[in-house]
Amino acid sequence: MAIGEHTLVALVLHQPGVLNRISGMFRRRGFNISSLTVGQSESEDLARMTFVVQGDDATVEQVTKQLYKLVDVVRVTDLDEDNSIVREMALVKVSATNQNRSEIIQISEIFRSKIVDVGVETVVIEITGDQSKIDRFIILLQPFGIREVMRTGAVAMSRGNAVTAQIDNNVSGASRVNNRPKDYDQNL
Amino acid sequence: MKLTGAQMVCESLIREGVDTMFGIPGGAILPLYQTFHQYPQLKHILVRHEQGAAMAADGYYRVTGKVGVAMATSGPGATNLVTGLATAQMDSTAIVAITGQVSRGAIGKDAFQECDITGVTLPVTKHNYLVMDINDIPRVIKEAFYLAKSGRPGPVLVDIPKDLFTEEAEFIYPETVEIPGYNPTLEGNMSQIKKAASLINSAKKPVILSGHGAVLSRAFDEVKDLAERAQIPVITTLLGISSFPETHVLSLGMPGMHGVAYASMALDQADLIVSLGARFDDRVTGKLSSFAPNAKIIHIDIDPSVIGQNVRTQVPLVGDVKSVLQTLIPQVKQNNHEDWVQHIEEMRINHPSLRLKEKNNLTQQYIIKKISDITQGGAVVVTGVGQHQMWTAQYYTFSQPNSWVTSGGLGTMGFEVPAAMGAQVGKPDSVVWSICGDGGFQMTLSDLATIVENKLPIKFAIMNNHFLGMVRQWQHLFYEDTFTATQYSGNPDFVKLAEAYGIHSFRVTEKSEVDNAITDAMEHDGPVLIDFMVDPEENVYPMIPPGESVLEIVEEPTEEPTWR
Repeated sequence: MAIGEHTLVALVLHQPGVLNRISGMFRRRGFNISSLTVGQSESEDLARMTFVVQGDDATVEQVTKQLYKLVDVVRVTDLDEDNSIVREMALVKVSATNQNRSEIIQISEIFRSKIVDVGVETVVIEITGDQSKIDRFIILLQPFGIREVMRTGAVAMSRGNAVTAQIDNNVSGASRVNNRPKDYDQNL
Repeated sequence: MKLTGAQMVCESLIREGVDTMFGIPGGAILPLYQTFHQYPQLKHILVRHEQGAAMAADGYYRVTGKVGVAMATSGPGATNLVTGLATAQMDSTAIVAITGQVSRGAIGKDAFQECDITGVTLPVTKHNYLVMDINDIPRVIKEAFYLAKSGRPGPVLVDIPKDLFTEEAEFIYPETVEIPGYNPTLEGNMSQIKKAASLINSAKKPVILSGHGAVLSRAFDEVKDLAERAQIPVITTLLGISSFPETHVLSLGMPGMHGVAYASMALDQADLIVSLGARFDDRVTGKLSSFAPNAKIIHIDIDPSVIGQNVRTQVPLVGDVKSVLQTLIPQVKQNNHEDWVQHIEEMRINHPSLRLKEKNNLTQQYIIKKISDITQGGAVVVTGVGQHQMWTAQYYTFSQPNSWVTSGGLGTMGFEVPAAMGAQVGKPDSVVWSICGDGGFQMTLSDLATIVENKLPIKFAIMNNHFLGMVRQWQHLFYEDTFTATQYSGNPDFVKLAEAYGIHSFRVTEKSEVDNAITDAMEHDGPVLIDFMVDPEENVYPMIPPGESVLEIVEEPTEEPTWR
């Protein structure tokens, strides 16, 4: 990938202040992120974060290195676009009348989204997909009058056997996470 | 064994080998201070401003290699540490700062002397902790010391709420640390080392660029071995000074904005740069697009993030400089690079950057050269930031390893007083000279009291030009002599000031008095302050203007620079 969007996934210690450390680093080093999500991983004391970062390869390399420099960051993976699943969820509240409500429902069905609330003047739709799908969905709904959009930001995972950071629960302590790719130093 | 939180801190510090701490007590940290009398092996040095505590801890670490410890109370005590922590972060020096915090129940309620110091210091520490459970105290302190001194060293802050100091719990000191996200690479990658060796073996015009990493890893013997084995000239960055003896025939000195011309030219003409723990700062490279156009770069550093950050690198090599060099050196063939070394010798003769001009006025260059001669280049030299710092870097001939203490990255004025204090505490038997500017000295002079109290025989040389000299120089060169806010017309009488503190002091106004003044200072048993009334209009040369290439270098101030 050259200039454009990169999706990075980081395994981090699930502790107070971690989000602040990471977002603070992005801010002070001047890196642009278009989304950041965080949530519990398969292990109690570790969380996974997904960042969508704008920049060329050199920028992404710096972002990766600066993330590794944070003591609370255990592992960082730059996901290969072709070999990963990226999903985002959005809630979209759109104006609806008796005349056009069925049209909105039709569009929602095409996008395999779900109507989660119907009011007198509004409909709330839940949609999941990659970012461009949600972008297109919102564009199609614009003529009806969008009242509110809430997007979660991307979460991502690699396909197949690869795991963004392997946790070995048979081993205790620091060594249960291999914190750096073996070829990391050569591939700087 | 049940201990209070305060006792746990002391026991942990002792287990980490701490014997000296710099700090000032206050409400939130008081319960910790009140246990010190139980631990006479922990010596606390009471400074006059917390900034001094952080910078003294920094100076102490730089000369001893032992983690410096600074202590402060919550709120203003803690915020006063910030400049010292930022200085340490930029220069990769190991400090553990312990701050008191308001009690847990009061946190977040804008309590008296409350400040979110872990939030404030996030960007200026390597890591920090807010301890919320007494059982975490031993582990956190163990981790703090490990993080501070290992890998690329840096400052670590531990914030402890007041109520934890008086709670009691079982004290168990961990034997090892387990930090899953922290695992610095110390040994270089073998195949990268082979590539590095082969580049060195085939280079015609190699130079070594030795930085702070070479000093921090104490790779003095290895740098010398590598240089001598293949006859590679050694250029030292500002913080790399004293990683290689300047009395050595292969020593070229400092490159860059105020470096000697032949060092900058050697970098410009080299076909290979072997960088040892340097990070290609803008003051070294100048204009990046024209920096070392013909050189391949072997970049050895313990911090992967500085590799490739500013310059393109042919051989990135992550590891501790000393360890990497020990593996690398046996693979480097003996060589003499006769033509290249000869060429550099000619540049040195044709571009005599350090020739003292025949002038009758009292110049800083002359004084520093004299201090260098009389101390035989063997003192521990501490400086502030500005003209006197650059002239010390240029004119003091450092012959001893790790004898130079200066704020390079952050460029912190006022560093010269507390850092000298920490250096003298760390090396009580060494001669410590603090070269001060009259501007910086007035930022931190309150610690003269601490110096007297602790009988630290530091020799202060104030380069008193009644100006913020380096700023004045930029106003002269880049702002048509518009000297806004740089003149210090109300300086105190520094001799009387020193005497008020009980420090032996005298003033020097003539060139002829310099030798005697320095000798007198050396012979006096105790701190001395010399007020050197220097020429305010001297400017530091050579100079490469900011953002320009070495081709724009101005070596002599005889004519106005073309870029003015």
